[in-house]
Amino acid sequence: MSAAILPAVAIDNGAKDLRREEQFKRVRAFSVVAPLLVLTLVMFIAPLVDMLSRSVRDDSVAQAIPRTLHVLESWSASDGVPPEDAFRALAAELAQSSNGPATWGTVARQLNFEWPGARGVVQKAFRRSMLAPPSSWREAFAELSPEWEDPAFWAALKRVGQPLSLRQYAYAVDLRLDQNDQLKLAPDEQRLYVGLFWRTFWVSAGVTLFCALLAYPLAYLLASSSAKVAGLLLMLVLMPFWTSVLVRTSGWIVLLQDQGVVNDLLIWAGAVSDATKPSLNNNLFATFVAMSQILLPFIVLPIFSVMKTIPPTYLRAARSLGAPPLYCFLRVYFPMTLPGVAAGMSLVFIQAVGFYVTPALVGGQSGQLISAMISHHMQSSLNWGLAAAVSVLLLSAVLTLYWISRRLVGPGPIKVAR
Amino acid sequence: MTVNWERWPALVGRGLLYAICALILLFLVAPILVVIPLSFNAEPSFIFTPGMLRLDAQAYSTRWYEVVLRDPVWLQSIRNSLLLAVLSTLLATTLGTMAALGLNSARMPAKGLITSILISPMIVPPIVAATGMYFFYSRLDLTQTMTGLVVAHTLLGSPFVVVTVLATLSNFDGNLTRAAATLGANPAQTFLKVVLPLIAPGVLSGAVFAFATSLDELIVVLFLGSVDQRTIPRQMWSGIRENVSPAILAMATILIAVSLTLMIALEVLRRRADRRGASVSAPANE
Repeated sequence: MSAAILPAVAIDNGAKDLRREEQFKRVRAFSVVAPLLVLTLVMFIAPLVDMLSRSVRDDSVAQAIPRTLHVLESWSASDGVPPEDAFRALAAELAQSSNGPATWGTVARQLNFEWPGARGVVQKAFRRSMLAPPSSWREAFAELSPEWEDPAFWAALKRVGQPLSLRQYAYAVDLRLDQNDQLKLAPDEQRLYVGLFWRTFWVSAGVTLFCALLAYPLAYLLASSSAKVAGLLLMLVLMPFWTSVLVRTSGWIVLLQDQGVVNDLLIWAGAVSDATKPSLNNNLFATFVAMSQILLPFIVLPIFSVMKTIPPTYLRAARSLGAPPLYCFLRVYFPMTLPGVAAGMSLVFIQAVGFYVTPALVGGQSGQLISAMISHHMQSSLNWGLAAAVSVLLLSAVLTLYWISRRLVGPGPIKVAR
Repeated sequence: MTVNWERWPALVGRGLLYAICALILLFLVAPILVVIPLSFNAEPSFIFTPGMLRLDAQAYSTRWYEVVLRDPVWLQSIRNSLLLAVLSTLLATTLGTMAALGLNSARMPAKGLITSILISPMIVPPIVAATGMYFFYSRLDLTQTMTGLVVAHTLLGSPFVVVTVLATLSNFDGNLTRAAATLGANPAQTFLKVVLPLIAPGVLSGAVFAFATSLDELIVVLFLGSVDQRTIPRQMWSGIRENVSPAILAMATILIAVSLTLMIALEVLRRRADRRGASVSAPANE
């Protein structure tokens, strides 16, 4: 039967069947992807979005002292010390311990991030607020701590009372909001973050370049050896790749510590004496060396796999056409290996920027990277808003780098393990 | 006897390459190799004692292995690590393989976007992921629980499974499933008897990656886990920071043996896959 004599209805039905079949296949494909997709969205992406919201939003103080903040709404630091109303409202709200133990604690904790030392000030005010009301709360508070007579202190209180603000980001780039809500540079001794971001960038760039320099000859050796030798060498490259980062980091401590293997060898060789031996561990040098060793396999592999695909006949052709060896290498071989080099370098750089464990263990003071600040605020200072803001900045940097590297070297190389 | 003077630059070049590469390989393996002898130190220190250098038998002992394998705290960390790695690997492998099969279908909608989402745990720095997870999981009461850690490690491991299985599937001949179907196999039979055996090397190597990732993961455990969920990396971490005892090196040596085993397992899988014509490679190798 030819299509020409088929009734129109049948054609219609056939198309419908086909469409239904398509639809079924689409649903089936989607339904096997769905479990992991849902899990990733809910338990991985949602936490990141939540972190983003936490970096700009914190209503704990706004909920703890709503009336005080209401009084302060029409007040600004240029008006001088706030009216007695504000003092009275604050005293009343601090005294509300029935609101949970958090009332004064929340205010003290949040204000302390903005105004170092504020914890004690708020605590004293809280204790006083539990006693009989004085004729003037302002005088009573000012007697306890002079900060209450400082409009800037009240401005700080008003600032932490804002449920939605970018102050954590200002903090994360060493800026502060002054009493008139103007951005200014943090005092010298408090400037930490921009320096750490830069250090993270430069260390990562240095490690990436160093890794590329080491990886290139090694990958070349792998690519130009016989299959058996290459297999063996590849095992040597892969062994560190598979070994736990903590194992390798402890290995570096053994090597680099003051009485470590490297120093012992240097003394034995007569290069240095016991008194003049260099300090190799707990500094930026140790971070650099250990990170390079840990990330090196990630760049050897992509360069090697590109080199493997370059036919030796190209080089022979160039040679037979009279190109000198160096010219051959620079104009023929090297350009062809560039995709592998670029892929490996972006792989190393993106991972280096987020490195935490190794710098934390061997970096001492001078070898810490920005990740150390995230961990510090998560685990010690418990300034979660700031930890979230620094994390968001780091994440945006990594995603931008990833996007650029995808544009440059195309899809494919993605970080592997750790 | 004539010397081929034409070739000497090439020979010198080759020799130089060998020398440089020997140094680079030393740089790669030295921190691993140095751990092994020191784990047999009789003294409680990270330093090679004069006795050890003289190869004095008295200077060596297996006492740190006894510590690691007898001390209840170390034993608990080993148990936790294995439990966590096995559970999260099983989950990541199952979910990741399913996802890869779906993504491989030509009719999968929004393929690019979904792949990016599934791969994202590989790109987000672990410290950032752990920070986000801490806030979110604590609201769900999942912090300080094994469940929370298993979910987190499943997510960190699943991208490796997705990537390796997708790589294997790209060489998979779709006609085989059609052939099975025309021979009367239902979809379940086709999957179990035709597809799965052929993609098994990819699935298994993804599983090995997921397992190794979980076994080595520290930051999420540090942020989300309580003392009860301490794992081997966490125990080593606090060991390095607080008391530098060679017990850490004994554990490290055991881990080196484990990673060697995993590496060899993967190599065997790769060879087997090569023989079948399907390719399995480390995702970095793509």
